[in-house]
Amino acid sequence: MQLNQSSNIHSKRKSIILAAMVLIGFVYLVRLFQIQVLDPSYKLSADSNVLRYVTDYPARGLIYDRNGELLVYNEAHYDLMVVPGQVRDIDTTEFCRLLGIEKELFESRLQQARDYSRFRPSIFESQISKNTFAVFQEKLFRFPGFFVQPRTLRKYTYPMAAHTFGYVGEVGPREIEQNPYYRSGDYMGISGIERSYEEQLRGKKGVRVRLVDVLNRDIGPFQEGRFDTIAIPGKDLYTTIDAKLQLYGEQLMRNKRGSIVAIEPSTGEILALVSAPGYDPNLLVGRVRNQNYHQLQQDELKPLFNRALMAQYPPGSSFKIVNTLIALQEGVINYNSSYGCGGAYHSGGITVRCRSHPSPVNVLSSIQFSCNTYSCIIFRNTLDQPNFSNMQESFNNWRRHVTSFGFGQVFGSDLAYELSGLLPTSDYYDRIYGSRGWRSLTIISLAIGQGELGTTPVQMANLAATVANRGHFFTPHIVRSIGEPDSLQARFLARNETTVDRAHFEAMAHAMQAVVDAGTGRFSHIQGITMGGKTGTVQNPHGENHSVFLAFAPVENPKIAISVVVENAGYGSTWAAPIASLMIEKYLSGQIGRQWFEQRILEASFLTNKP
Amino acid sequence: MRKQFDFFKNIDKTLVFLFLVMIFMGWFNIFAAELKEGHQSIFDVSQNYGKQLFWIITALLLAVVILMFDAKFFPAFAWVIYGGLMVILVGVLFFGVEINASKSWFRIGGFQLQPAEFAKYATALALARYISEVKMRTLDWPARLKPLAIIALPVALIFLQNDTGTALVFAAFVLVLYREGYISGLLLTFGLIAIFLFVMTLILNEFIIIGALAVIALAGAIILRRKRREMVQLLGLFAILSVYVYSADYAFENFLQPHQKLRIEVLINEEVDLKGAGYNLNQSKIAIGSGGFWGKGYLKGTQTKFNFVPEQGTDFIFCTIGEEWGFVGSFTIIALYILFMARLLVLAERQRSAFSRVFGYSIASILFFHFAINIGMTIGMMPVIGIPLPFFSYGGSSLWGFTVMIFTFLKLDSKRLELL
Repeated sequence: MQLNQSSNIHSKRKSIILAAMVLIGFVYLVRLFQIQVLDPSYKLSADSNVLRYVTDYPARGLIYDRNGELLVYNEAHYDLMVVPGQVRDIDTTEFCRLLGIEKELFESRLQQARDYSRFRPSIFESQISKNTFAVFQEKLFRFPGFFVQPRTLRKYTYPMAAHTFGYVGEVGPREIEQNPYYRSGDYMGISGIERSYEEQLRGKKGVRVRLVDVLNRDIGPFQEGRFDTIAIPGKDLYTTIDAKLQLYGEQLMRNKRGSIVAIEPSTGEILALVSAPGYDPNLLVGRVRNQNYHQLQQDELKPLFNRALMAQYPPGSSFKIVNTLIALQEGVINYNSSYGCGGAYHSGGITVRCRSHPSPVNVLSSIQFSCNTYSCIIFRNTLDQPNFSNMQESFNNWRRHVTSFGFGQVFGSDLAYELSGLLPTSDYYDRIYGSRGWRSLTIISLAIGQGELGTTPVQMANLAATVANRGHFFTPHIVRSIGEPDSLQARFLARNETTVDRAHFEAMAHAMQAVVDAGTGRFSHIQGITMGGKTGTVQNPHGENHSVFLAFAPVENPKIAISVVVENAGYGSTWAAPIASLMIEKYLSGQIGRQWFEQRILEASFLTNKP
Repeated sequence: MRKQFDFFKNIDKTLVFLFLVMIFMGWFNIFAAELKEGHQSIFDVSQNYGKQLFWIITALLLAVVILMFDAKFFPAFAWVIYGGLMVILVGVLFFGVEINASKSWFRIGGFQLQPAEFAKYATALALARYISEVKMRTLDWPARLKPLAIIALPVALIFLQNDTGTALVFAAFVLVLYREGYISGLLLTFGLIAIFLFVMTLILNEFIIIGALAVIALAGAIILRRKRREMVQLLGLFAILSVYVYSADYAFENFLQPHQKLRIEVLINEEVDLKGAGYNLNQSKIAIGSGGFWGKGYLKGTQTKFNFVPEQGTDFIFCTIGEEWGFVGSFTIIALYILFMARLLVLAERQRSAFSRVFGYSIASILFFHFAINIGMTIGMMPVIGIPLPFFSYGGSSLWGFTVMIFTFLKLDSKRLELL
């Protein structure tokens, strides 16, 4: 046995060993205190390990026509989603084989998803087929980080009104940034009704918090679903569209460029909104959308351009309605004022040509024969009234009347991308000519609806509706009620009054009836239906004139007001007026009596005419 | 009847109490760590927590059996037990089964035994026996090196089984040798400096470290400029350390196996390879860190229950404690360990027999090594080395091994007045 001579040394060594043990224990406790109590990041990581936020997408609201016919509905499909942070140990070869994609594509898509977020789901492959879905559902546990999300796609009963409905697409990075509701991979309305009624149509997403294990298998709801929210379905929309009329309008406008806008005057409800050429809305649904959109975008005829809302044409002779009503209201003419027309208006070296018609003309027959001379005279009378001290004052007075018809401003309608059109201000002319450099003659083109004027087809149809109503209009709109068929939208019930007296409108309505009965539009008279109209032949510096016609019917109790524009087709009376006439006949009597008349329109094509 | 009670006479109650507390806490934790949907009974023998109960009961029987031995049996048969274990370690290389790439197990029925766990016991006995027979005065170089040979033999055999973790445990005997004067404090300090420099070479470029050493050497040289002898020693030391630093990096790159290199790299750089080698460590820290101060409650841990932490029943059992019992639980476990080891040291120091003392220190050192490495690796302060947390990790061999060690020592302690 060893004699312990140096017990001091040994006791010191025992203390050192004990101190080492205590020191290690203390260091570990400090570290444990740091990660368990001080640092919250481990709790977050633990949550992201086991909690999955599963989004329940509500069904998007359906869209009906004014008679309750279903126009837009949903069809189920499946998106393959990925949460990059959970992807591990995947047999990529097998995965790519199941999905039928290349490995490079797999890598690049995964990277794309990773760039968005490691912990939030992104769409890996949208709208996988039912077969692929079935196979994936079986093998999903082998691909941690991937899951299948059921979604819906838009379907359309008729291949029509694509511009009006608009389309639904994935949200872009900008929306995600601006609106916290949206997450990558969400869908939203991008144009048309889908856009302007996005909040009502989309409903509200629900979220279920689920627990998953390390293999990404669903274990069950987190805390008995205490934090789950239920998805609220989107509301259905009841539009003002008359499906039959819309479909017929699109037929009539086939092989033409232009638009038809039909409005119910008593409510401002848009019965038909045709922009030609159009496209089948089913083209812009789902995974084919990008490719088709690209093709449509490249099309020289610009089928994506919604002419009914966004094209701005000079109104041409149809604007004489406005100028004549203003002249009557201002008292510069009365119903007996008549002027002779020698085929042109000459003044100060300026000549405005007119077509041959009986002369002299009074207020009513000037509309009936669309006399340019008469229009120029009364326009100048309006602006050259002695009670105005300068040109600016009288022009602004005229402009005030014009804006009361809804020109030069947006209606505040529910149509996405509504444009205000062009209506120059006195400042505009001051800038061009100097404040003393312009007179009524300088801007004489305005008298016949040419020059610096731009009006949209909706504004023109609204003009027809205003005459039909004898002086007021309701804001044109496309959706009458949300959620329930009969709950009218309050904001469209307000009456907009013009600055012109009712009596003058009554006279105008009859003048316009004379246009159809015995004037420039007589060719388009419908047996048994009284109709008021006004032709327009819009001069176009680039090519053939645009053919324009405004109309409403029946004259006594108008049910429909309409504007038709056929680009580069020539006279208003030859093409636009017959189309308006057919639309009115279709709407009021439900059928077409004049087969040859209809046939002529259906067969006409102006697509090759130079725009 | 009286004789039977003699077995338990003078047994240290504190140590037995701590032992029982830890073993039963361990069992409840294994139930939490291994519980799967559909298996609810804690006594289900087809599950690991059921099996662990079997191991605990047999371990307690084993403890009683050990106490029934004559205390003089252990020093007397130390060499025999050591020799026998070495034969078994060789045998397992030929007749053992391979689990997790280590061929270190015997399979008996549905249970596996790992002889390497008992090799620690045998080595402790042999070392105690050897040291107790050496006279301190005659401690020459051959006498100093023989204990190393006693330790090196099982280490070599266990390395051959490809069980690096268990082999490394034998490094714990360094503390015993230090206590007994076989290793000086200076040497131990040098060892720690060497480990420190090795870690630094992994973090920094080796030339930066050599540069830093040069600055220290220069400062020392200025201070010692009057003392030639010390200055020469200092410069010599600098030269040796520089060569060491340079070769340490080379050794790390060329001699360690790839997975071992990775385990050290993930420790130094926490963001390395979170899906691969760093996965265990990262998930382990998440599980422990998410426990908070009070923990999530027994059986309520989500990270462990849903298998995010690999090896959570065995090497990473501390995660379950950290997650479900929080900082309070972690503190309790660490406190229990410190108390247990401190008590072992106190008992070891009161032995009159060198054999008993060395054996006591051996157990304390081995426990300390397991404790430091196992808990350290789960919180990212030690490299991942696959050794169990005694009393807590699932596994019969480890439990039996530690039970045998502790009760052998308790028996020796109870007869400390008779043993010289």
